Amino acid sequence: MRPVLIQGGRVLDPSREFDGVADVLLRDGRIEAVEANIAAEDVETIDASGKIVAPGLVDVHVHLREPGKEEAETVATGARSAAAGGFTSVCAMPNTDPVTDNQAAVGFIVKQASAANSARVYPYGTISIGQKGEHLAEFAKLIEAGAIAVSDDGHPVRSSHLMRTALEYAQAFGIPVADHCEEPSLAHGAMHEGVVASRLGLRAIPAAAEEIMVARDVILSELTGGHIHLCHMSTRGSVDIIRRAKERGVNVTAEVTPHHLTLTQAECEGFNTNAKMNPPLREEADVAVLRAALQDGTLDMIATDHAPHHYEAKERDFDEAPFGIVGLETALGLCIKELVNGGVLSLPELVNRMSTEPARVFHLDAGTLQVGKPGDVVVFDPGATWTVDPTQFYSKSRNTPYAGHVLTGRVERTVVGGRTVFERK
Amino acid sequence: MIRDSSSSVPSLGKDLLGLEPLSADQIQLILDTAEPFKEVSERAIKKVPTLRGKTIVNLFYEASTRTRIAFEFAEKRLSADTVNIAAAGSSVEKGENLVDTARNLEAMRIDMVVMRHPASGAAEFLAERIPSNVINAGDGWHEHPTQGLLDLLTIRDKTGRIDGLKVCICGDILHSRVARSNIWGLLKLGAEVGVCGPKTLLPRGIEELGVQVLPHPEEAIAWADVLNILRLQLERMKGGYIPSLGEYYRVFGITQERLERAPKDILILHPGPMNRGVEIDSRVADGPHSVILQQVTNGIAVRMAVLYLLAGGMPERADVAKTEDVLAGGTT
Repeated sequence: MRPVLIQGGRVLDPSREFDGVADVLLRDGRIEAVEANIAAEDVETIDASGKIVAPGLVDVHVHLREPGKEEAETVATGARSAAAGGFTSVCAMPNTDPVTDNQAAVGFIVKQASAANSARVYPYGTISIGQKGEHLAEFAKLIEAGAIAVSDDGHPVRSSHLMRTALEYAQAFGIPVADHCEEPSLAHGAMHEGVVASRLGLRAIPAAAEEIMVARDVILSELTGGHIHLCHMSTRGSVDIIRRAKERGVNVTAEVTPHHLTLTQAECEGFNTNAKMNPPLREEADVAVLRAALQDGTLDMIATDHAPHHYEAKERDFDEAPFGIVGLETALGLCIKELVNGGVLSLPELVNRMSTEPARVFHLDAGTLQVGKPGDVVVFDPGATWTVDPTQFYSKSRNTPYAGHVLTGRVERTVVGGRTVFERK
Repeated sequence: MIRDSSSSVPSLGKDLLGLEPLSADQIQLILDTAEPFKEVSERAIKKVPTLRGKTIVNLFYEASTRTRIAFEFAEKRLSADTVNIAAAGSSVEKGENLVDTARNLEAMRIDMVVMRHPASGAAEFLAERIPSNVINAGDGWHEHPTQGLLDLLTIRDKTGRIDGLKVCICGDILHSRVARSNIWGLLKLGAEVGVCGPKTLLPRGIEELGVQVLPHPEEAIAWADVLNILRLQLERMKGGYIPSLGEYYRVFGITQERLERAPKDILILHPGPMNRGVEIDSRVADGPHSVILQQVTNGIAVRMAVLYLLAGGMPERADVAKTEDVLAGGTT
């Protein structure tokens, strides 16, 4: 593999607070130098002038559907979709069929990811066997096979005893325990409980369903000292609980999705199944608080909750349609348009929240351009505008509420381990 | 299908999905068009040729007696050819079935579909996917527009107006498509709307729709000119929304004793089927101010009007349409 020299871009490396025009040299799959005017021979040169050069983006929350729902996504198509969105590392949730509650299942994801040879895919293991919320899974063996964290994802851990045990046991391995916070007895619904659901006559999920579990998890983290990671926070009440927990020094981190930062319950008008997601799209007041919480660090990172569904699955009435939207290929453009151009985050801060922070929190060898680290780099044009056309997605699925939206900021090239895995033609 | 776009009279468009998307003028138009059709059902020979040659499918994914029969009578009295499909789909299959059913109906070159479906939004889903006219005969908890219209017509018959009336909808608002259609229809025609029921059966943020919440029937009775008393679906008790039917009757039942304390006579509506002794006392249901059976009669005229208008009929020619073939030539 020839060394790669990315020349003349504005290099953003939040891991050492670097922001300046420089060249980046990748050799043997690693960062060899980040300096002005690097002279190197026999290299593949990439002109990045006018572009941003940053550590590849890291998404700690994606669903790649393989094994089980290969018609919606596979590890390979998901990895390519990630690469097209500028992501060099993604963490795959365990709710496949079968679930990744054993070494063989985790190992299968690692093997498929290796064969895909695109963005890196790190599997989650489950918290409990079969995501049933009864018996703790074998964390040590899952980690040995390649798992980087544990979660029961869409089957929130009902038993407080089990969650406590997981938070205690996981400390031996230094991994986060990630929870999809939802009090099941309150969560029998298809969208946010509010005026839109009341008008449309749809079963609804109150904000309290999330907030009750956020509060419980924070309390258990405080009890045990274990690292709780809260997935896709969606309500202002959750933010309030997390903010107060962090002030007390609780070992809690939290993510927020681009869609919860940009859309509201109003998107469900007309029974739009591409606006059906869990947690549901909330209210304008929630969006404002989530943005402020991302800005002040109460929410640590952006994660997409990329949730591909086959066309037919969403082509049905709202109650019956599955939750979730694809997000990998629209995340950066949405975040630059809405958060950077909207004055919420600076561009370096956005890279921090989409790369350096998630890598740090999940202990991934990523999110930095420091010499000697893996050569995972994204080159993007922060000013380019483009129109979302789901038929052009690399993902197998097209379930997005952003079709036809004009976004700002477009990935030009994604490099994983010194090798280009995506290049815009 | 040719529509008169030059006329100042508003058309209904392709479908009747709910009363929320309609304007006050469109709602008035349907009510006014229903007037000449009332008489057809009073004749010895209850049949006019208005919809001769039209094919209408009554597609019912949920049990219905009153609505299905009223539609069928309306269609038959207008001389349409009708087919009834009772699809007892399971909850898992119903979405897929609906897409396939729509495609099959399309292939059979029908003119209209009247659909009842347990999922909110199902009528809109179907209407977007087939060229035929779709009439929503009730979708989940969302809307039941022809019920809303027949309630409006019945109130208008008795009081001569809707504008300025105080109408309170009583009972399970949360799960009720009848409530939602009534709220939109009444508000658009200028009524004041109240809702009364246990808080467990009121949707969150209902006030934001422009209605006021009256927590107890005593307050509703003191306030209202009209009470529309909804059926308490018995399965709600199992869902834990109310502790028992007996307690519901005691606190929220519309009884003769409560009505006797009203400052004025109150018109009583109920969409049926009634649970006597639960949400309504028999003496109220059968009393002098009850128009519950007139609602049923009006249900046919309102549905004839909707069918006629969606078929492209001109509202001002509705009377003529009863004897002449006014749709032929003007429509496909």
